[in-house]
Amino acid sequence: MIEAIINYEFLQNAFLSGLIIGVVAPLLGVFIVVRRMSLIADALSHVTLAGIAGSLFLSQSFASLALLNPIYLGIVASVGGSMLIERLRSLYKHYEELAIPIIMSAGIGLSAIFISLAKGFNTDLMSYLFGSVSAVSRQDLIVVLLIALVVFIFLLLFFKEMFVLSFDEEYAKATGLPSKWIHLLFMIVVALVIAASMRIVGILLVSSLITLPVAAAMRISKGFKDTILYAIIFGESAVIIGLVSAFYLNLAPGGTIVVTSIIILFIVISIKKLLFNLKVERG
Amino acid sequence: MSLQKKWKDLYLQIVNRNDYQLERREIMTKPLIELQNVSFQYEHTKVLHNISFRVSEGDFLAILGPNGSGKSTLLKLILGIAKPLSGEVKLFGESVSSFQHREWIGYVSQKSNAFNSAFPATVEEVVKSGLTKKIGLFKRMPKNANELVVDALKAVGMEEYLDRNIGKLSGGQQQRVFIARALISEPKLLILDEPTVGIDHENVQSFYDMLARLNKEQQITIILVTHDVDTVSNRISHVACLNQTIHFHGYKKDFDSISDEQLNGWYGHSVRKIH
Repeated sequence: MIEAIINYEFLQNAFLSGLIIGVVAPLLGVFIVVRRMSLIADALSHVTLAGIAGSLFLSQSFASLALLNPIYLGIVASVGGSMLIERLRSLYKHYEELAIPIIMSAGIGLSAIFISLAKGFNTDLMSYLFGSVSAVSRQDLIVVLLIALVVFIFLLLFFKEMFVLSFDEEYAKATGLPSKWIHLLFMIVVALVIAASMRIVGILLVSSLITLPVAAAMRISKGFKDTILYAIIFGESAVIIGLVSAFYLNLAPGGTIVVTSIIILFIVISIKKLLFNLKVERG
Repeated sequence: MSLQKKWKDLYLQIVNRNDYQLERREIMTKPLIELQNVSFQYEHTKVLHNISFRVSEGDFLAILGPNGSGKSTLLKLILGIAKPLSGEVKLFGESVSSFQHREWIGYVSQKSNAFNSAFPATVEEVVKSGLTKKIGLFKRMPKNANELVVDALKAVGMEEYLDRNIGKLSGGQQQRVFIARALISEPKLLILDEPTVGIDHENVQSFYDMLARLNKEQQITIILVTHDVDTVSNRISHVACLNQTIHFHGYKKDFDSISDEQLNGWYGHSVRKIH
């Protein structure tokens, strides 16, 4: 396997992108989960799909756009979708969750139209839906790297503000933090990470890499930084185990990574329960 | 206990309380908060009407009033979260809209809506987050942040709970942690919105003792919106009676001159003062 990675560029791209996403997705995921925005991540991934399907359709229709990397339109759609969600959430103040089905169905609806215009599914689209070990290009890897850089800069600058905003929004407002702007930036960063993750895990499974490691981490952590650390460890393990098994078993990595995450979650819950029972027995 | 009984007890206790803090403070009259003819309405409902009062350095003020009297709205106006329809709010002599030193103000909200209790954070992390505004954007936590956390927790008697998960504490303990979060930025003014809702009676007593100590020993000015009139009354220096407008604001001794008829008129139900 290691020999294969050294020999084949596509494997290097896939593994390096995977390792980066394995850190970035759960890192941002902790904020997404504690702010109860898991479903928003899901809605955004479907909007990203619309951008990708649109891009694939354009490449098919116009020869000059044949080489356009779909990740770019995917990013545009994802960031645009995140801004639309914010707009809808303030429009339906008392039914904020309505923004999720509206954006999600818009995303799937548009995707369906572009897919039919492009005369049906092809393997390329399948790789965007469920991820791929072989389809990650050097250009994709560079985009993933840049997006990871944006996430790190964002958190370096706003970690303490994001903590306050996530923990107690009313307090954040009362202390005069620019919560609106920080939240908007956060939404853009989330949209970028979703677009970056899709190459490896696929659009349909992006939100799982953001939420499952966090769900497992929250079972065993006491504090916020613990939660981030555990989430990254679980996320990274799922990506490594998932990619290796996808390579050997010739499966879509999205599937293997998500199933690994679920197994990790199950193991963590069981161990926690076992320890709790032992503690109760000992009194 | 009925509301009537509470009000009765309040007046009784205010009449009987020790006067020494008040005299000391009459000398220091620098206004930290000043409201001039402030009115506020939600859509077409008038919530606050023509409010004018000032809070001086060192005051321990309880704002009392029935449900729907506009108490929480008044705090929001002071904090600058809501903007008045007319009139002016000043903090430390400066208009609230241009006031920059938010770190001088510590805010503690009602426990029930303050935070998500399943949030994965330790007491230490929560208290440390109180430094966020003071440090400012783009800057990292100072090196002595951990010592500051311990000091703030000591002031509220919670230093043993440093490593605990915030969600696993009782309501009273959580409120103490939130006071510590406010104290860590060394505020000059502490604003509390019904801080004891959902806390059992015994803990409420010691909670107010702690506030009184902070007021006396650290010279922190405190404004408190509360229903616990019977518990809080022997610890405060000032009272404001609010029902859409300020009907009374002043010292205990001035309370003596208020007639029962006046009180009934303010609150729309029978309140009696016992001498």
